[in-house]
Amino acid sequence: MLELLWLIPAMPFAGFLVLATAGKKLSRTGAAVIGAGSAGVSALISLIVAFSFISSPPAGNSYSQVLWEWVNTGGLSLSISFYLDALSVIMVLVVSVVGFLIHLYSTGFMARDDGYSRFFSYMNLFVGSMLTLVLAGNLLLLFLGWEGVGLCSYLLIGFWYRETQNGYAALKAFIVTRIGDTAMAIGLFLLFYNLGTLDIQQAMGLAKANWPVGSGIAIAAAALLLGGALGKSAQLPLQTWLPDAMAGPTPVSALIHAATMVTAGVYLIARTHVLFTLAPPVQSAVAIIGAATLLVAGFSALAQHDIKRVLAYSTISQIGYMFLALGVGAWSAAIFHFMTHAFFKALLFLGAGVVIQGLNEEHDMFRMGGLRKEMPATFWSFLIGAASLSALPLVTAGFYSKDLVLWDVWSSRTGGNWLWAAGLLGALLTSIYSFRMVFLTFYGEKKTPVTRTPGPVMLIPVIALAALSAVGGFVEIPGTMGNVPLFSGFLETALPKMVFSGVPESELISQIIAAILSVGGIYVAYFFWLALPEYARDFTKHPAGSALHRFLFSGWGFDWLYARLFVRPYVWAARVNKRDVIDLFYSGIALINRLSHYALSATQTGKVRWYVMVLGFGAFITITIVVFT
Amino acid sequence: MILAWIIIVLLAGGLAAWFLARWDPLWARRTCLFALLLDLALAVSVFWLGHIETGAAGLPETGAWLIELNVPWIPQLGIGLHLAVDGLSLVLVLLTIFLGLLSLSSAWSEITGRVGFFHFNLMWILAGIAGVFMSLDMFLFYFFWEMMLVPMYFLIAIWGHENRQYASVKFFIFTQASGLLMLLSILGLFFIHGANTGDYTFDYTRLLGTQVSPSIAIWLMLGFFIAFAVKLPAVPFHSWLPDAHTEAPTAGSIILAGLLLKTGAYGFIRFLIPLFPDMAARFAPVAMGLAVASIIYGAVLAFAQNDLKRLIADTSISHMGFVLLGVYAWNGLALEGALMQIISHGISTGMLFMMVGSIQERIHTRDMDVMGGLWPDAPRMGGVMMVFALASLGLPGMGNFLGEFLVLFGTYRVSSAFAVIASLGFVLSTIYSIWMIQRTFHGEKRGGYRVRDLSSREMAASAVMIAAIIWLGVYPQPVMDTASPAFNGIQGAAKMQKAPDPVSGRPSKDARAKSIWTLTP
Amino acid sequence: MIFSVPMEEGLVLAWVLFVTGLVGVIVRRDIIFILMSIEIMLNAAGLAFVIAGARWAQPDGQVMFIFIMAMAAAEVSVGLALVLQLYYRRKTLDVDSASGMKG
Repeated sequence: MLELLWLIPAMPFAGFLVLATAGKKLSRTGAAVIGAGSAGVSALISLIVAFSFISSPPAGNSYSQVLWEWVNTGGLSLSISFYLDALSVIMVLVVSVVGFLIHLYSTGFMARDDGYSRFFSYMNLFVGSMLTLVLAGNLLLLFLGWEGVGLCSYLLIGFWYRETQNGYAALKAFIVTRIGDTAMAIGLFLLFYNLGTLDIQQAMGLAKANWPVGSGIAIAAAALLLGGALGKSAQLPLQTWLPDAMAGPTPVSALIHAATMVTAGVYLIARTHVLFTLAPPVQSAVAIIGAATLLVAGFSALAQHDIKRVLAYSTISQIGYMFLALGVGAWSAAIFHFMTHAFFKALLFLGAGVVIQGLNEEHDMFRMGGLRKEMPATFWSFLIGAASLSALPLVTAGFYSKDLVLWDVWSSRTGGNWLWAAGLLGALLTSIYSFRMVFLTFYGEKKTPVTRTPGPVMLIPVIALAALSAVGGFVEIPGTMGNVPLFSGFLETALPKMVFSGVPESELISQIIAAILSVGGIYVAYFFWLALPEYARDFTKHPAGSALHRFLFSGWGFDWLYARLFVRPYVWAARVNKRDVIDLFYSGIALINRLSHYALSATQTGKVRWYVMVLGFGAFITITIVVFT
Repeated sequence: MILAWIIIVLLAGGLAAWFLARWDPLWARRTCLFALLLDLALAVSVFWLGHIETGAAGLPETGAWLIELNVPWIPQLGIGLHLAVDGLSLVLVLLTIFLGLLSLSSAWSEITGRVGFFHFNLMWILAGIAGVFMSLDMFLFYFFWEMMLVPMYFLIAIWGHENRQYASVKFFIFTQASGLLMLLSILGLFFIHGANTGDYTFDYTRLLGTQVSPSIAIWLMLGFFIAFAVKLPAVPFHSWLPDAHTEAPTAGSIILAGLLLKTGAYGFIRFLIPLFPDMAARFAPVAMGLAVASIIYGAVLAFAQNDLKRLIADTSISHMGFVLLGVYAWNGLALEGALMQIISHGISTGMLFMMVGSIQERIHTRDMDVMGGLWPDAPRMGGVMMVFALASLGLPGMGNFLGEFLVLFGTYRVSSAFAVIASLGFVLSTIYSIWMIQRTFHGEKRGGYRVRDLSSREMAASAVMIAAIIWLGVYPQPVMDTASPAFNGIQGAAKMQKAPDPVSGRPSKDARAKSIWTLTP
Repeated sequence: MIFSVPMEEGLVLAWVLFVTGLVGVIVRRDIIFILMSIEIMLNAAGLAFVIAGARWAQPDGQVMFIFIMAMAAAEVSVGLALVLQLYYRRKTLDVDSASGMKG
């Protein structure tokens, strides 16, 4: 059944083609059927393929499929080819299944929007590109998917293009990620130049064989690829675009800016893990960036008012965890956290979407409240999502993945106490801001009336994701609870095992501390935002507190800094040069010509007597010269 | 003879259109359409006829010509009507006809005054361009080179926009002055070759390998370089371009950006480097520096513009920088990339100009300050504009991406520093492209006008072009296969080939050791 | 030796005549006076020829003077036609009024 592989990305692309060419003529139902249907078929095929891959693994635990020759010239030989191994199976499953659920949700969410078919065409294009990204057999095809998802992100952030602000947010997202992509492109040049191939498996094999650990070339290659990953996954210092990206419709935020696209960086690093293993300094940088990002974003999430911006910062922070895991060599832990994060973060966004739509486009959590009774199904699902995000012990998927990450960070040879402590602090922050969100939105008094309640097409995906967020973690039971490492066992064929240096007994200690922090965080949130909200209010009224609040609210002032460092100088330079400095040289030549023309034509007075005088004078001079020399 | 017919059909079509327009302008348009279609058929038939007519003639070391015509013209001076095509020329001739059709369709409703003379000029420009791509006699080449200019001057000066006098004169002086420098170089080469061998000839195939002392060769090479760099254009010779493109009628802009600039690129590949290989190699760092400067400078310049058409014109400087970079990197990958960029840029920029033309036809301004929010009125137009804006920022899946990437892959082999700096162009091109879309189609509606969407005729033309640019992006192999023997031949002629490792296709170790080109004497 | 004038004195006379004519051309605005001044200059040149011819006892000087006379006659006829035209068109004899060809 593996031959069906190409259909997985082909279906959404076909859906996109139909919607893009005939979208105007289709009815809303037609557009929904094609949009969600193609994503659904794709999800179905990926389930079949995944089942077939797991039940009867192909030789070498990988399967590749070549569709056609793309470029073959001057030593560069590339084909449009897909490569399936354990890693891409997981990615494809998550992308297509979550993608389908969000498409289904969107049929309800976007029901009253003008650009219905346009929305689904972009979404299909996104799913197709994302699947191409994770299935690509060579780096250039991966780059194609990579840029494709970036494009869709741009298109969908700016989906409501009439608002200029949305356009600017989209612009920012595209340009910032494109900066990372440029680094990645240079990385591709470097890899091709030194390895002679862009086929991922071949290149990794060659790199391993030819480059010693810590060689300069491996460090450069890994660092450049990391640049791409930082941009796409919104990690420091390229994280500024993601909070603004919330200008897009909520399903977009769920699909692109939480579950799938932003984790492409994680996938890229996992996919090219060989390079990162060969470049220890870069790998440490990954861990440190991850740790720093998860803290920076975690603190920022605490100060947000807009429910979607809380989730956006939370996404940045959670991807920070994945980077942290990648940085210490815990490859499968990162992918595991990616999977559970996709479930619960998509769930939270979809839940937030229901709430926002129900309250007539109200984004401010401080004007929500008391929705527990009004929207029970949404409330319970959201609660499960928030609990999973806070890694509430034992019953949530987030617990298993985050614990694995934390434990791996502690026990890895390249990890350490500092990174682990950062992860724990982040865990505390996570549960504080998650439950701050829950308490502000669903508890307390009602502030805004509910005008619209979700239909079944919106609730079914929410509930399905809630179920996945609750039980999705059971595929990897840690050593302290029975040790059923199904997930990492499966991934072992694609990603190497982490090098442990800790004592297994301490795993329990790590888990207990994390559990205490998680529950403690919930209590803190309860205390400040439900039990005694005056404390939080007084804090933000105090001058120092309000300064801190503004600082965190603005995301640590990165936008402020970048505007002054890059944006304004560039715009200024462009403005100054609008008339083209170099043209001044040519205008100068023209000007000199014109001036000499004026000067000479001024002698042409039209007065004969003047000419005679000049003539006589000239003759006088000439004769003088002739006579006296 | 078929090659001569390609040119004759265009010339005759132009004349016929001029006369027929006295009775009915529509017939002028139809005649041109017919002539172009006939030409297309002729050019396509070269594919099949090529291998039949290929005789012993042609260069042993430059690869076989697909088809060749060589008859004396002014034998006393060693001037001959020597036309020939290889894969490279053929692809470019096809592009000429293709974009000729596009500009014809853009002029269909836009041009209403002096229709006959307009079409006469249009067809004669195309004839000149096709001649440039096919001629192998330096004198003939110069003849066609100049033949493009005069009708183009008229096109801008008569049918242009507000500031057309200034733009057309500027265009003419730049290209004419640089063309004269090239003529001097051609004559210099003619006399030196004659003095060396006693064979006074303008024939390119015989002029190849002329021994010129370096102190003279640098001047001859610079003469060619300036002529081609002005045409391309490369910083700092670019400043005629924004004016000419902006002021030209849509059809003129399409031809300027899509074809006229490409004659410069073709000149580099076909003439400059093969004729002066050593000197070109020494000059390569400078040329690549100019190329990178063009990439960056053009992009920054484009971003600053308010005039939509001027913005697009400035992007050409940036894109053609990649072509120059690829040409001077002078390896198979980079040359293929340059060709891909030439074709894709012709299509994408041509279409962007066509969209600007449609917008201007509807709202009578090109000022982006008064645009915005055009999408709801004209979603098709917005979609087409979006596709080609994305193509121009190098989105994978479209031809421009492959062009730029192949150039950079090839450049990286020669000089990683230039490749890295040129990559900055990706970010800058994103900025201006997205900014352009934001200010025209997105955002709030500012002008009080309603815009008519694309007609089905315009939409059909757009659909063909979209299909073409995506085809180039996902399945470019046929184009590359057509051109690669030609590139091998030219590289052989220049005797500057790097010997690639036969197994991996990578340059051999010692080839990589030298930073710029390995020269084999 | 018949009557003879020293060449230097003759040339000084020619020079004085020439300068008188030149100054006349430059300072007078009336076209008739300009024409007359030109005649004076021509005659000065003719005088110089004659004197030089006499000095070396050659006929060429007188031949040249006849040429100059013929030319002066032609010049006067054209010049007078111009005077008429000028007066006809401008109703004045001021040459400066006919400065239409200034750059």
